[in-house]
Amino acid sequence: MNKNHRVPSNRSLSAVEVKSKFGAEFRRFSLDRSKPGRFDEFYGLLQHVHRIPNVELLVGYADVHGDLLPINNDDNYHKAISTASPLLRLFLQRKEEADHLAFGTDSLTRKKNTVLSAVLLRPDPNRKKPPVIISLPKDFRPVSSIIDVDILPETHRRVRLYKHGQEKPLGFYIRDGSSVRVTPQGLEKVPGIFISRMVPGGLAESTGLLAVNDEVLEVNGIEVAGKSLDQVTDMMIANSHNLIITVKPANQRNNIVRSGGGGGGAASGSSGRSSDSGASYYGYSSPGGIGAAASTPSHIIQNFHPEELESDEDDEDLVIEAGGEAELIPCAPSASYSMPSLPRYEPHLNLRTAAAAASSGSLAMERRSLEEDGTVITL
Amino acid sequence: MMKFRFRRQGTDPQREKIKQELFAFNKTVEHGFPHQPSALAFDPKLQLMAIGTKSGAIKIYGAPGVEFTGLHKDTTAVTQMHFLPGQGRLLSLLDDNTIHLWELVAGPPREVGGVKREGMVCLQEVCSYSLPGRPGIESCSATRVTVLLLLRSCELLCVGTEGGGVYFLDLPRLSLKDGQTLLQDQVTQSLPEDYRCGKSLGPVESLQEHPQQPGKILIGYSRGLVVLWDLSTRHANHLFLGKQQLESLVWERSGNSFVSSHSDGGYSVWAVASGNPYTHQPVSSSIPYGPFPCKAINKILWRTAQSGSPVLLYSGGMPRASYGDRHCLTIQQDKEHVTLDFTSRVIDFFTVHSVELEKEFDDPSALVVLLEEELVVIDLQTPGWPSLPTPYLAPLHSSAITCSCHVSNVPPKLWERLVNAGKAQQGQQHTHRSWPICGGKNMAPLPKQQELLLTGHEDGTVRFWDASGVALTPIYKLSTASVFHTDCDPSDDPQDPSNDPDAQQEEEWPPFRKVGCFDPYSDDPRLGIQKISLCKYSNKLVVAGTAGQVIVLGLSDERSDHLVDVSVVDLLQDREGFTWKGHDRLEPRLKPAPFPPGFQPLVLVQCLPPASVTAVTLHAEWNLIAFGTSHGFGLFDYHRRNAVLARCTLHPNDSLAMEGPLSRVKSLKKSLRQSFRRIRKSRVSGKKRVQEANAALAEQEEVAPVQRRIEPRSADDSLSGVVRCLCFADTFLRDGTHHGPTLWAGTNSGSVYAYALEVPGVGLGRVCERSGAGEGSACAEAVLGKEIQLMHRAPVVSICVLDGRGKPLPDPYEASRDLATAPDMTNAHSVLIASEEQLKVFSLPKVSAKTKFKLTAHEGCRVRKVAMVVFSSTAQEDYSEHTLVCLTNLGDMHLFSIPGLRPQVRYDCIRKEDISGIASCVFTKNGQGEEKKSHEGQNTARDCSKVGFYLISPSEYERFSLSAKVLTEPLCSIHLDRPPHFCTLNVESLPLSLPGQTEEPPSTLSSPLLDTPLDSPLSCADLTLDSTGELTVEDVRDFLTTVDEAENNLKNIKEEEGRSTGILIN
Repeated sequence: MNKNHRVPSNRSLSAVEVKSKFGAEFRRFSLDRSKPGRFDEFYGLLQHVHRIPNVELLVGYADVHGDLLPINNDDNYHKAISTASPLLRLFLQRKEEADHLAFGTDSLTRKKNTVLSAVLLRPDPNRKKPPVIISLPKDFRPVSSIIDVDILPETHRRVRLYKHGQEKPLGFYIRDGSSVRVTPQGLEKVPGIFISRMVPGGLAESTGLLAVNDEVLEVNGIEVAGKSLDQVTDMMIANSHNLIITVKPANQRNNIVRSGGGGGGAASGSSGRSSDSGASYYGYSSPGGIGAAASTPSHIIQNFHPEELESDEDDEDLVIEAGGEAELIPCAPSASYSMPSLPRYEPHLNLRTAAAAASSGSLAMERRSLEEDGTVITL
Repeated sequence: MMKFRFRRQGTDPQREKIKQELFAFNKTVEHGFPHQPSALAFDPKLQLMAIGTKSGAIKIYGAPGVEFTGLHKDTTAVTQMHFLPGQGRLLSLLDDNTIHLWELVAGPPREVGGVKREGMVCLQEVCSYSLPGRPGIESCSATRVTVLLLLRSCELLCVGTEGGGVYFLDLPRLSLKDGQTLLQDQVTQSLPEDYRCGKSLGPVESLQEHPQQPGKILIGYSRGLVVLWDLSTRHANHLFLGKQQLESLVWERSGNSFVSSHSDGGYSVWAVASGNPYTHQPVSSSIPYGPFPCKAINKILWRTAQSGSPVLLYSGGMPRASYGDRHCLTIQQDKEHVTLDFTSRVIDFFTVHSVELEKEFDDPSALVVLLEEELVVIDLQTPGWPSLPTPYLAPLHSSAITCSCHVSNVPPKLWERLVNAGKAQQGQQHTHRSWPICGGKNMAPLPKQQELLLTGHEDGTVRFWDASGVALTPIYKLSTASVFHTDCDPSDDPQDPSNDPDAQQEEEWPPFRKVGCFDPYSDDPRLGIQKISLCKYSNKLVVAGTAGQVIVLGLSDERSDHLVDVSVVDLLQDREGFTWKGHDRLEPRLKPAPFPPGFQPLVLVQCLPPASVTAVTLHAEWNLIAFGTSHGFGLFDYHRRNAVLARCTLHPNDSLAMEGPLSRVKSLKKSLRQSFRRIRKSRVSGKKRVQEANAALAEQEEVAPVQRRIEPRSADDSLSGVVRCLCFADTFLRDGTHHGPTLWAGTNSGSVYAYALEVPGVGLGRVCERSGAGEGSACAEAVLGKEIQLMHRAPVVSICVLDGRGKPLPDPYEASRDLATAPDMTNAHSVLIASEEQLKVFSLPKVSAKTKFKLTAHEGCRVRKVAMVVFSSTAQEDYSEHTLVCLTNLGDMHLFSIPGLRPQVRYDCIRKEDISGIASCVFTKNGQGEEKKSHEGQNTARDCSKVGFYLISPSEYERFSLSAKVLTEPLCSIHLDRPPHFCTLNVESLPLSLPGQTEEPPSTLSSPLLDTPLDSPLSCADLTLDSTGELTVEDVRDFLTTVDEAENNLKNIKEEEGRSTGILIN
């Protein structure tokens, strides 16, 4: 059916053909491309055409790449109108049913494979695996990023590998090694932990945040100096849901150059595709790095907000009540004593609210628990 | 980061003080038999025995409770040891050709638990010496020491060497007497021409001092020559021109004759006559086990007895062809001839006999034989030469230890019945003579309470040990093999194997007699014991084994013939697609079997598939047992003999669980197989082959540095269904107002299942049962209450329910019999779940997280064993704290407060390489009953404490204590008559100066040594929190990852293959 609408329509370039789907129902109408109006007017229009005046809706559209993107403010509404060619396909959902997973995956993948194959940003050979979720802005999950640029020495990089709900492996290996430090007594060789290899397609490789031969200095705020390879391995695995590694990149050429104190903050929290992803192609640690290493990790001061200490949304266990719903274990307000002194990192670019994150977590968990022990469900 | 460090340590001084009063780490005693013993010595004056080991340790034993340990700086085997009689000094010869002098020294006074104590007596090395290479001769083997002789005067040490020279060292300085060395040439000169033959005399094999004339020594050379040498005149008094290769020499007490033993299995008696300087032929010569070729007699002893003819004792000499592989020692006196047949190699032996010069006869009273795996003592005064039970050095490992369990504060009634059962077992086998090695005095007060250590063994036995004292002594042995129909005929009574065979062996030559209990061979590995749980109040014991068998036993004082009820519980629960590829289940015996007094089996539950039981727990008050395997867990009512619940925990992807016992070897094999398959597959195309070769090359180069893959645990990790812990608790599961029996189970993949139980007669069910519903009709029921999936998926190591005050619930019967304070059932309960990575407390019944501690994330170590312990303060009489003790894979102990989970202290306990030590660690638990006692009485010091045990070798347990309140060592004293001038010599050679010793020559050293009443916690069916001994995959994972990595690397290389061929550049 959608082929019919692929036929370019010459009728009017100024009009945008809209096909809106809510449940099993379709509505078609057109909008003026030059005067799309505001989002809330558009929202009212949708409620009107579908005759669901009191239903709270989530609006999504398929963009040119076939990605399902949300419309929930003027900007993305205008973007949707301006890029629609020729047809703007809308998908509406009840907000209370706002299962963003279903929204992003199930309904569309099953029926509209052709359109949504592109949803898989990186084609996954394993069809069974759910594609990358495109969620509503309020559900934006944290992504892997370089953080704390403003507080770290330029020679160091703090990387957050965020593996929430992703099927991608973290995808890297570590090894023992030795690094050269400058001390008052002169150069000194000290044992260290290094990244030894990357798994192609893994989170570490695809984000380009880590590279072979980067020296690992800290794992989630704990210095690794003096720890064995096995200990560091265990620490990383224990933190694998939200792994924050401070490294000294082997390639120091792509370091962010800070012009005075002011610029630093702006660079902080740059997301995903960082400018220095090229680092991964330089495997050899250059002796030039030695001078830079003069600043030892002890200089690092943590940018850390006590109130964020115990936001453990990434770590909540799933409780299934017999005869009840699966639910996340809420954190009792009494707060935990767990390592009061240990920092938990929060991304500077933190768009989510705790509640949303929790719900996404629970959904992810629920899905996982279903797939892993189908028989467990004695609900 | 520093900021946080500071904050963490920002501690309250008040709290620090309390901690010091509560906790202290001490290793106290080593129990069991030293691993790989290599030398033996005996001090007849002090009545002390020393055992040296291949790892350079020296252990001195006297009367039970008297023990000293020393360790050489180098871990070289101790090859010989000699006491300086009466002085508390010991010479040791190491494999690296060094001679060391040791002394018992009183250490500086110390403060233990706030009490001033005398310094501990310890064994200290005073000086060492090594012979210089002989000038002019390159090979140092010429000066390799073969034998030591300490003269009775204790002032001269004669050192025989490989090169045939005899050197003389001054004692206690250990300095070479330069001019005195007796080289072989000097001896050769005086030999008759025809004996010389131009050959060397060979190494010195034996040196013996003349029993009556000091200053004369007998030197035996390997080739057979024996020289009686006068030290003062430096002249050979007499030459005995033996032709047979010499092994050992021994004087007859009078000094008129001596006996030599030879490599051909014979011995000769030589007369020492003063006339002719040469003796060509011995008086008599015989090869006792001839005429066919025999093995050498390594050592021979000749002891005269008042009662008649001398006693001859020698090791070896067996006919080479027929019994060459036996480890034998022969005792002969007149017509009496016994060949003791041991299960392990004879290291050395000595007799305990009178040494006073005035006495005319040796009159040996006992023979002490050190074997590789045990110590055997034979009573030589009782006719028939029976063996004496050893009060210490028990061969714990007589069959390999597979698990252990500690029970403290054993009720006297149970103790008595066990001791009686044990006595009935030993029965006729042993004499009741007193222990011959009785040096020193054990000054430790009698233990206030009895402690039991239960060890499960590979052969299906459970041994009960008295762990209340320094020495671990066997009490009772339970065999579970009789429940099953095994290959070895069960009809012969295992009770007394000695009677029968004796009769048959009457005509047998040599007249063998089996001695010792070390038996490394297991009839059927499936019989192996994996888990033990004992309820000390109801005398119920649950024993679970390798083939999924769970046996419930009850204590009975009467012999009984009965049929054991058998139930089979299918843990797969119709889960399809699984086939068990491991061993079969054991076949239960169908006929009634006789069971001796002691623990007698009542019910046998067999799990299907018959995988090894990984967790077991017992609640005697509810008549329930729960057991888990790698497939699931079950609940069984042993009173009504019905299975209440079976639950499969398998993950659908888990293929490993089907491969039988949890051996990583198999999976390793499997992964290797897969790797090969992968390689083979790729050989199909030529181009691929090149790539493959490249890949293999790349792998070789890359595997070289150890790599670790960083990946979160995934749901389908292998063995995820293994049930790691089980726990019964009376708590609030369904709602906050009604409590009742619950069962908790935790798995390898971080899942926790909580079941609400309906137990007839308990809780809600009580009313209806009392009203006459009848016991038979009511059945226990289990309803799933909650399932918790820990997000991090780490294996659940332990589960423990805390009462309203945050204290662990008491053990069954403790509350109802008023042995412990009743749990607080008014405030909300909580459950502590300890996984390998973190500790977490959840509120009940809502199961919301209250507190947690992420150990792995912060410290990089994983939890191996966990226990709840009560520590009481040294300062305040009535102050105690519940603490969570946790042993990690790095071998350190972390202590946490509960329920706050605040880290308290950390101690290094076990080397991290010692996986079996970490895996075998058991904790003792402490009950409140003991606390109460302490309020009442004077019993202040040793009531509340905390110890643990772990295996330091297959045969030894190390005992440690964590409590500050407890006196960790027992007291023992030894009276030494040490010459006062002794230590004032050569300061250089005495790096360790001995303060105070010069003033009080005959020093009485009293030592707080290894004690045992150390602390005896009390506990009951102990160890709700699992901590027993078999190795699981987790334990060895660290050591296997390398292999995994190799495989992963290969896998990854495969992945990369498609992308580029340039994989060699990385």
